[in-house]
Formats: sequence, C-alpha cells, structure tokens
Amino acid sequence: MIPELGHFALILALVIALVQAVLPLVGAHRNRAALMAVARPAAQGQFLFVAFAFGCLTWAFVQNDFSVQYVAMHSNTATPLYYRITGVWGSHEGSLLLWALTLSMWTVAVTIFSRNLPEVFMARVLGVLGWVSVGFLSFTLVTSNPFERLLPGVAEGRDLNPLLQDPGMIIHPPLLYMGYVGFSVAFAFAIAALLSGRMDAAWARWSRPWTTVAWVFLTAGIAVGSGWAYYELGWGGWWFWDPVENASFMPWLLGTALVHSLAVTEKRGAFRSWTVLLAIGAFSLSLLGTFLVRSGVLTSVHAFATDPRRGLFILALLVLVIGVSLVLYAWRAPTLSGGGSFKLVSRDTVLLGNNVLLSVVSASVLLGTLYPLFLDALNLGKISVGPPYFQSVFVPLMTPVVILMMIGPFVRWKGDDMRRIMRTVAPGIGASAVIGLAVAFLVGHVTWRTVLGLALAAWVVIGSVQLLWRRLAERPGAAAAARLRGIPRAWWGMWLAHLGIGVFIIGVTMVGSLDSTINVKMHQGQTAQIAGYTLTLRDVVEAPGPNYAAARATLEVTRGSTPVATLHPEKRFYHAQQMPMTEASLDIGPFRDVYVSLGEQLEDGAWIVSAYHKPFISWIWLGCILMAIGGVFAASDSRYRRLAERSAPAGAVRQTS
Amino acid sequence: MKAKFLVPLGLFFVLAGFLAFGLTLNPREIPSPLIDKPAPDFRLARLDMPDAQLGLADMRGQVWLLNVWASWCVACRQEHPVLLDFARRQVAPLIGLNYKDGRDDALGWLKQHGDPYVTSVVDSDGRVGIDYGVYGVPETFLIDQNGMIRYKQIGPVTPEVVRDVLLPKIEELKRAG
Amino acid sequence: MRADLLRRVTPTLVWPLLLTAVLLTGAPTVAIAQAAPASEAVPVADDPALEARVEALSHMLRCLVCQNQSIAESNAPLAVDLRNQVREQLASGKDEDAVIDFLVARYGDFVLYMPPVKAVTVVLWLGPGLLLIGCAGWLALRLRRRQREAAPTLSGEQHRRARALLEGATQPPEEPRS
Repeated sequence: MIPELGHFALILALVIALVQAVLPLVGAHRNRAALMAVARPAAQGQFLFVAFAFGCLTWAFVQNDFSVQYVAMHSNTATPLYYRITGVWGSHEGSLLLWALTLSMWTVAVTIFSRNLPEVFMARVLGVLGWVSVGFLSFTLVTSNPFERLLPGVAEGRDLNPLLQDPGMIIHPPLLYMGYVGFSVAFAFAIAALLSGRMDAAWARWSRPWTTVAWVFLTAGIAVGSGWAYYELGWGGWWFWDPVENASFMPWLLGTALVHSLAVTEKRGAFRSWTVLLAIGAFSLSLLGTFLVRSGVLTSVHAFATDPRRGLFILALLVLVIGVSLVLYAWRAPTLSGGGSFKLVSRDTVLLGNNVLLSVVSASVLLGTLYPLFLDALNLGKISVGPPYFQSVFVPLMTPVVILMMIGPFVRWKGDDMRRIMRTVAPGIGASAVIGLAVAFLVGHVTWRTVLGLALAAWVVIGSVQLLWRRLAERPGAAAAARLRGIPRAWWGMWLAHLGIGVFIIGVTMVGSLDSTINVKMHQGQTAQIAGYTLTLRDVVEAPGPNYAAARATLEVTRGSTPVATLHPEKRFYHAQQMPMTEASLDIGPFRDVYVSLGEQLEDGAWIVSAYHKPFISWIWLGCILMAIGGVFAASDSRYRRLAERSAPAGAVRQTS
Repeated sequence: MKAKFLVPLGLFFVLAGFLAFGLTLNPREIPSPLIDKPAPDFRLARLDMPDAQLGLADMRGQVWLLNVWASWCVACRQEHPVLLDFARRQVAPLIGLNYKDGRDDALGWLKQHGDPYVTSVVDSDGRVGIDYGVYGVPETFLIDQNGMIRYKQIGPVTPEVVRDVLLPKIEELKRAG
Repeated sequence: MRADLLRRVTPTLVWPLLLTAVLLTGAPTVAIAQAAPASEAVPVADDPALEARVEALSHMLRCLVCQNQSIAESNAPLAVDLRNQVREQLASGKDEDAVIDFLVARYGDFVLYMPPVKAVTVVLWLGPGLLLIGCAGWLALRLRRRQREAAPTLSGEQHRRARALLEGATQPPEEPRS
C-alpha cells in the first residue's frame, strides 16, 4: 500500500509542479499578483509530496518490501539498516527521486530565504524551477518509476552492489546532488533576468550567495567521491577522468567561472552576457551529466543500467531546457552588452581572462569525453580517450589559471599600471620558480610536472601571504586584532579558497611524483619494506560480516623500532551478489598515507599483499576542504545577511515584461 | 537578433544531434581491425582427438567459420541452436575455438547441447584468442579460401545474422573464389 | 631604499622557507636498510624493474571487457591475460612501442587510453590549444576595440558640474576592496 501512496504522491507533485511552472510565469507576464502568488505555496506543496514519496521508498527499503522491484534489485534482508536506507539512491530510479527531492528542497529554500525579492522576479524564478521539476518528475514517472511492483514478490533481494556498501555512499550522492541541482537556482535567476529584460547589479547580488553555496556543495561532493574511490578501489587511485567524473567536474569549472563573473557583474555591471551564459552552461552541463550517466552513450564505471529510451527522454529534456534558454539569450543578448568600461590592464581583464580560460578547460574536458562518440557517429572508427590524454591537456591549460589567480587580487579595478603590478608580483613569481626547482631537487624527483606543480603551489602560498600582509597593512595604526576583524568575511573566503587550490596542488604533485608500491607474497610472520616502513603480517583470520564472508589480515606497521599503526585489510565475498571485494586499510597521516590491500591467497598459504606509500595525499582533500570553507565564508558575508534582513525597497515591484 | 548570439544555440544543436545519434550506437562494441586482413596463424590440439592438431593452413581453399565458444559462456547457449541449424545446411564448415576452457567441461557441454562443429580446437590459455582480437565470448569469424578474415560477428549469432549477413557473404566468396 | 625593500620582502620569504621545511620533513626519507629479523616477504613479481614497466604500460591500455578501466586496475580474466602478454613481450626484449603495435594490430585503437595522433584525432589533440589561442586572440581584439571606444572626455564645464554633484552629495563610500 505504501509504495502506491508514494507513487500517487509523485503524481500529485508533478501536477503541482505544472501549476508552479505555468501560472507564475503567466502572472509575471501579465502582472497578475494572484497568479504570481501561487508560486510559493506550489513550491512548498511540491516539496511535501516529493518528500513523502521519498519517505515511502525509504520505508519499502527499511521494511524489506521485495514486492517492489527496485527494492528487490538493490537490497537484502541481511544488508545493514544504514545501507538499506542509503541504498534508496543506489541506482537509477532512486537516485532520480533524490534529484527531484533535492530540486524541490532548493526551491523551497529559495521561497524561504528570498522573501524580500521583488514578486515578479520571484515568480519567474520559481516558474523556471517548476519547469525543471516538471521535466524530472515526468521523466521519473514515465520511464523510471521506483515504485514499480514485482509480482509475485521475491523472498530475498539481490542486495546492494558491494562497492556501494560504504560510508561514502551515505554522503557522496546527496552532497553531489545538492551541488549539481543547486546550479538550477543560478540558472533560474539568469532565465528570470532574461525574461524580464533587466539584469542589474542587484540581480547579481541576489544570485551570488545561491551560486556560491551550490558551488560549495559540488566541491565537497566531488572531493568526497574522490576520497571514497581512493580507499574503496584498493590501489590508491583518486581520479580517473571517467566520463561521469568529468560530467561532475565540468559544472564545477563553469560554476567557478560563474562565481567570479557574478562578482564582476555585481561590482562593475560588466560581463552580464558572460554571467548569463555561464549560468546556463553550468546547469546545462549538470543536465548533460545526468544524460551521460543514464543513457548508455558512454561506458563508465559509474553508469547506471542503461536504456536508450531513458536516454531519449533526458535528451529531449536537455534540448528543451537548453534550447529555450539559448533562444532567450539570443533574443535578449543585445540588451546585455555594455556595462562598465575598463582598460586593458585591470582586474576586469584578469577576471575576463579567468572566464575564458575556465571555459576553454571545460570545453576541452567535454571534447575529450565526447570525442569517441563523435568519431563513432561519423563512422571514423573507435578510440578511447583516457587519463593520459586528459592529464596532458589539463595541466598546461590550468597553469595560466593558477598564475592569474594570484595576480588578479593585486590588480586594481578599471585600470592599473603594468609596471606597478610587475613590481608587486615579480619577486613572488621568481621565488616560486626557484623554490619549485629547489624542492624538486631535494626530494630527488626533478621532472617538468614536479617542478611546475611545486612552483605553482609555492606561488599560491607566497601570493596569499603577500596579499594578507598588504591587506593588514592598509590600516596603519590600528591594532592587529582590529585589522583582522576589519577584513570582510568575503575576502577571507576568497583568500581561503585560493589557498586551498595551492594546498591541493601540493598534494597532487607530491603524490604523483613520489608515491611507491610493493606487491609481495607474505607468509605469517614475514616482513616487507616500503619507503622506510616495515610491514609485518601477524595473522589472517576469518571475520564474517552481516552479508559477507571475509578474511581479515593483521599487519603491523613500524618505522625502525617505533610502532606506527596496526592495519586490518580484508578480502570479502558478498553472498547475494557472489562478488569478491577487497577492503583496504589505511594509516592516514598529515604527510603520508600508508595503504595496505589484501589480494589472493596462494596455494602455499602465502597471501598477496599490496602496500602503497602516498605522500601528502591528505593535502588533496585538505585543499578541497579549504575551498569549501572559503565558499561558506564568502556566501555568509554580512552583505548578504543584511540583504536578507532588509525589507524589499519600495520601487522594486515595478514590472517589466 | 544578431547572428553571433545564435552561435551558442547552433553549437548546442550540433552537440545534441551527436548525442541523439549516439543513442543508437553501442559504445562497447569494438570493430575488428583484422577485417580483410590475413587470419592469424594457429596450430592447436583438437578437442575430440587430443593427439591430432588442426592449423589455419588446413582450412585453405575453403570458406569457413571460426566460432569462439566456452562451456562457461552463458551467451553461447543462446546462439547454439542457431549454429546447429547452420551446420545442418552444410553451407560452410564450422570450426570451434574452445577458449580458456577445460577439456572435460567442453566435451560435456557439447554432449549436452549438441555439436555443430566439424571439430573444435583447444585454446586453453587464450593466446590464439588474443591474436584474433577476441575480447568477449561468443565471437565468430568468416574466413575465405585464402585465409583472409572477411567478417567478424561480435556476440551471439542470430538467425537474422545468418540470413542477412553470413549466407550472402559465403555465397559471394564462393563465387569469387 | 634597499632596507625598505628588504623589510618588505623578508616576510614574504619567511613563509616559503617554512613551507619548504615542512615539505622536506614530510617528504619520504631514504629507506633504512636493516637486517630483517623475521624472514622477508618475496615480491610477487620476479623482476621489479620489469614489473614497473609493465605497470606503467598497463595504465595506458584499456581493459576491453570492463566499464572504463585500464588493464592495470582490472582483474578481469582478459585484463590478466593482456598484462601477462605485456610482461612476456617486454621481458623478451621488445620495447613499449612494439607491444603497443602488437595490441593495436589485434584490437584497434580502442585499446589505447592515450589516443594515437592520426588524421581523425587532429581535432582532439590540437583542439584545446587552438581553442585557447583563438579565444585569447578574440579577447585581445575585443579589449582593444573597447579601448578605442573609450569613454568620451568631459569638457571643463561638465567637469565642474560633476565635481559639484559629487561634493554636494554625502561622501560616497570608498570603492570596495575585494
């Protein structure tokens, strides 16, 4: 009964979404307050029904209702409770419902936190979000109904894919979706501005916190996914340039450009065309990602079970949403040009360069991801474009971005003097090059990649310190504490996020250049050496789990005579899916990870043990955390809180059609 | 509207066109680079007579099919009736390449499901399979009188493939040879 | 002047030196050679140098039966077979290019994760670079055009009126810093 209630709730949600999509837009066009007022309650009602439907599906999982096909495919009575709950989004239908839920949550958030925005504008924003909801809810109901019954029901389910029975599964998809879907708000704001024909600094100021928060979620989601892959896959890789990974990375790149472009639009009234295109682009790439994961057009380790019919539906959705947005853009674009003028040497130019560069990087990733499809469609053969290609293209393209990232804050708006800038940044850049070379030499790994990575990281750190120093020096005479407090939170946000990139680069460079691996056959009591650490295999015992059988090894890690850690890698065999899996064990440290993974047992009783030494790999996740914290600081700047608290200005309800 | 503002829309439609066409393609299907090239040589023990061997040269002068199969392969069971039917037509000899299998398992499987093959040869370590670019089982190669590969079927042979591709091609090759 | 420069530059150098120190303490030290008390485990591979080459090459080759993994990452039977092939061929003295040619002859370009540079992949390899140069060039052109269409200069009368307006209103806030 409950699955049917959930199904019905989804249908009702779709109807309400249709109302939310149509009436407010008509009301905004004709300035009918009654129609526009439908938007908020419709959005909230839609959320309630989608949440209820989601709750029903979760209930079916928790109660082991195997007469629901989706539950039977992805759960099992022996699966632990928390994995039964998170299994709800473990495959196509459920994750689509999560998409819809996340979208309705963002929409409700917009209704709550934007009470003081003009009614016409809000009606348009909520109307656009309503259309996106209509698209996803109809997609779910027509092609991917999670409440489909399996009659007669089965006694036992197929269990969740063992790779997904992991804490990462609890956090990664929700965070990622909050990011992906969050860009729909920026998109809705942009479309609303295009529809009204008005895009001023106020619009940019409203958009910024929403975009930044979505960006924070996406950063965190990608980082968690990467970390999860790192310890889950058993050999320490953390980024594979897989099509689905790229599908989440491209919106991040454009989202980063968008965050910066919005800043310029707010402060200088410029780049409005860019900002709109970036907002449309970031969300379009989110939708494209949804298409790539679920259509079967590209092979990916992340792809859900594929069905061309579903692919066709999403493609139609994609064409509608993006096509209409770009037509709107083409129509309104002439009114968007103009805005503050600026000289060739100015911060405006640097940020414009940033927009262009990040867009080129994003386009390059898209090119690499889709190229096999292009060639195949043109009957020119089948090729693979894998990590080696992306690495060789990504690093040269991102290098100027990182360099500019630390030059930009030193350049004045509107117009500056090249010589002055050079005098400010040249010492730092010079020092970075020297440090990069020196450290590479000292760690014994002098290659282009290592030197470049270390030099870029050094430049970020030096530039950040220099920037902070100058900022603090701006109020001579004030006490240090007062000076620190005088710096707005948004500035700290920028500073932390940029510094985070430097920390990230250190992690990537060091682990890429200096990591080491050993693969050994170990009998009980034997030792193995890696990077100055000694591993001793104490024993291997049976350690069954709720839905798997396992062999669990105990390895002692020592450095000289000092004990460092005791690790317990496992080799598991999940009963329901008949799938073997290795569960690595890590000793995480600020400067290195020691990572051990258990392989097969040989005929003579020895176990194959793989050990990895990963220097500075935690700095990768630390860099991402810094970026996310920076984003939070920026979004919570007092300007936005004051904006939220202030009531709507008198003349703001002026309508423009 | 100025034309240049329609550029993003235009680019998008091109992309969407490719994606739509992509839905009809199979990204996991790998066409063989060996088509119209000489078949890799092999000399392997026969499944039914372990002391006897069969080599590529032995099949010269005939148009024939090489079918890669194994007793552990589920899809092979799917195509097996089609192969049995094909063998009954006596159009071209069907040689089996028993891929990474155990002799007893293979013989037992043939006994259970029927044997459409003139004979099968044993490729227990898969080396010959690699030479032929085998990446999944079942696969079938059409080889002509001069030992050139003329067609590769990836996946199970279906009645449609037999009717629309194999029989006409065999006919054509026989006439030419 | 020099003292002033030194004073300004010194803090900027302190942090990089600290950072370098941090990196060096964290960077792996040379493995301490010690006589192992218990017996030492034997590497799985007989020849670690060869194995490193096999590993490196395997990361460039696609596992054809997997959902987008290299043969280094996958344990599918075909991946294991291909790794063994790679190992045998490298051990017999062939170089990496010969092994790659061997596999491409049998499986096509699909087996390579680093797409070959051919006529059909020209757009792939040159695309990003050309896009970058193209966009940078277009950007430079547009910015120069903007410069030429710079704001018109004010006449003396307009200047005085502007100043009067600015000084008549309350003091405008300083230009935002960030």
